[in-house]
Amino acid sequence: MDLDAETPGSPEAPVVDQQGRWKHLYNVLSKPGPYTDEDWVPGPETIQSLESSKIFGAGGLGCEILKNLALSGFKDIHVIDMDTIDISNLNRQFLFRQADIGKPKAEVAAAFVQKRVKGVTITPYVGKIQDKDEDYYMQFKIVICGLDSIEARRWINATLISMVDMEDPESLKPLVDGGTEGFKGQARVILPTLSSCIECQLDMHAPRPAVPLCTIATIPRQPQHCIEWAHQIAWQEKRKDDTFDSDDMEHISWVYNAAYERAQHFHIHGVTFQMTQGVVKNIIPAIASTNAVIAASTTSEVLKIASSCNPYLDNYMMYAGEEGVYTYTFEAEKKSDCPVCGNLARKMNVDRNMTLGEFIESLGERAESQLKKPSMRTEEKTLYQRFPPQLEESTRHNLELKLADLIEDGQEIAVSDPAYTIDFRFRLNFN
Amino acid sequence: MQKQQEAENAEGAAGKKKKKVTAAQLRVQRDLQELTLGSTMKMTFPNPDDILNFTLSIEPDEGMYKGGVFHFSFVVNQNFPHDPPKVKCTQKIYHPNIDLEGNVCLNILREDWKPVLNLNAVIVGMQFLFLEPNASDPLNKDAAEDLRATRDHFKKNVRNSMAGGSVRGVSFDRVLR
Repeated sequence: MDLDAETPGSPEAPVVDQQGRWKHLYNVLSKPGPYTDEDWVPGPETIQSLESSKIFGAGGLGCEILKNLALSGFKDIHVIDMDTIDISNLNRQFLFRQADIGKPKAEVAAAFVQKRVKGVTITPYVGKIQDKDEDYYMQFKIVICGLDSIEARRWINATLISMVDMEDPESLKPLVDGGTEGFKGQARVILPTLSSCIECQLDMHAPRPAVPLCTIATIPRQPQHCIEWAHQIAWQEKRKDDTFDSDDMEHISWVYNAAYERAQHFHIHGVTFQMTQGVVKNIIPAIASTNAVIAASTTSEVLKIASSCNPYLDNYMMYAGEEGVYTYTFEAEKKSDCPVCGNLARKMNVDRNMTLGEFIESLGERAESQLKKPSMRTEEKTLYQRFPPQLEESTRHNLELKLADLIEDGQEIAVSDPAYTIDFRFRLNFN
Repeated sequence: MQKQQEAENAEGAAGKKKKKVTAAQLRVQRDLQELTLGSTMKMTFPNPDDILNFTLSIEPDEGMYKGGVFHFSFVVNQNFPHDPPKVKCTQKIYHPNIDLEGNVCLNILREDWKPVLNLNAVIVGMQFLFLEPNASDPLNKDAAEDLRATRDHFKKNVRNSMAGGSVRGVSFDRVLR
């Protein structure tokens, strides 16, 4: 197949039988199957609700997910991605052409899919998921993510969990998360506050394999060790004043040359420019088929959640393709002391003229808290920290201040107390 | 058009809304509270509101490094505890497991870090480096060689370097109390 035969950047919309395109999807949504819930109502109503579901997607699995969502009958899709198209993406991110290099991924992908699948509206946003707040995420029915970092996953997870209002079922946004690393991948369904969340499962992420610093410094055995040495040790020594930038070609070349020299000295072969780039940017080769498998899995979960046509994944599917194919599905458990979903922020009414010291005292008396030795903070301020001594000293004067002088009405504080293994969050509303 | 408007409104609200304490901050708050520092260690926070950046000073009360005060900068990122804290010695010292740039070779700061470990584990590990400098994981090769060769000679070098002298032609920072 010659994909590039198409005019770059302007996908031709082929003649598609619009009725026929959705025939199989409508089949699934119009008849109950052996696993469908007894109360499920198949037919136009379900199809309609699917078409009006606002879905939010983000990240590196984007091309696959966007295409899959559009072809699964979703009509209102929003996508966020901060990246621009790089030449190295073209081998697998099939919505992009040579002429698109340098353009924002979200916009190009949205325009492409919108052109090819009639009736779908895709709203792109170029930027970070962190640019948006709860009000923005509240508009969606489901959130589907193929993010490339744990940090971004933790952020969206914490955001969706803090949005949950127990009195408003609409505030609960299912999160479908997919991720790949070479031949391995995972898909998971998270019902914020109800099922195990990303923070609960944080220990499960294999830490990035690291080589002891002393091996790198003294006895390198592999070409990668020489690159790490050039990147972490030689750079600091020789170019102290330059901040290393992995996108700066001159910087990569410098590291490559230093690594190459060191490798020769230790009779190690195999240091290449490409390997240097891979090591310093921590690139794990993305494999198109793994992405396709994981994206397919996550989008079919979205379809099932949105339409209720079949039970959805409960709640973690791992996929290992390095040796043959192996997948395993299990239910990750909710951690009772999870710092994100273990204790939701509780509302607490306080007197704005109360001092922080009085407030802390009241925490020990209130039945709902019973915190005897709490330390507490807001996002930007350390309100009171009991230990270590220097921090206690420099936050002690806050005890005399009125709450209104320290926090804003409705602000959230996080409280830790040695008597509890779990932390607490309170949203303080002034009377 | 309308959607775009909505998106813009949402964006405007993002600035006004109060941010929430992050999971990393919360974990550090807890870790700090559970520290056991003892008399040989002190922590300093240049900005008390920012608990993710601080320095640790170690004053060993026994061993070859007794009498010195060693400063380390700790930088904890938002991916903590998935990522370990970044720890560097801010002085130029003569130690087999700490290089001249301040990099520290401690297994739990790198290859053996796990999210279940806490700041106390790191601090205990750091203290141990001064009680038992380890010649088999060298970061400063010269110092490690000296330690392996003759302990007494190494000891002398340590005293000398701590006073601001030079060893093998390299001058070190004065770290005596």
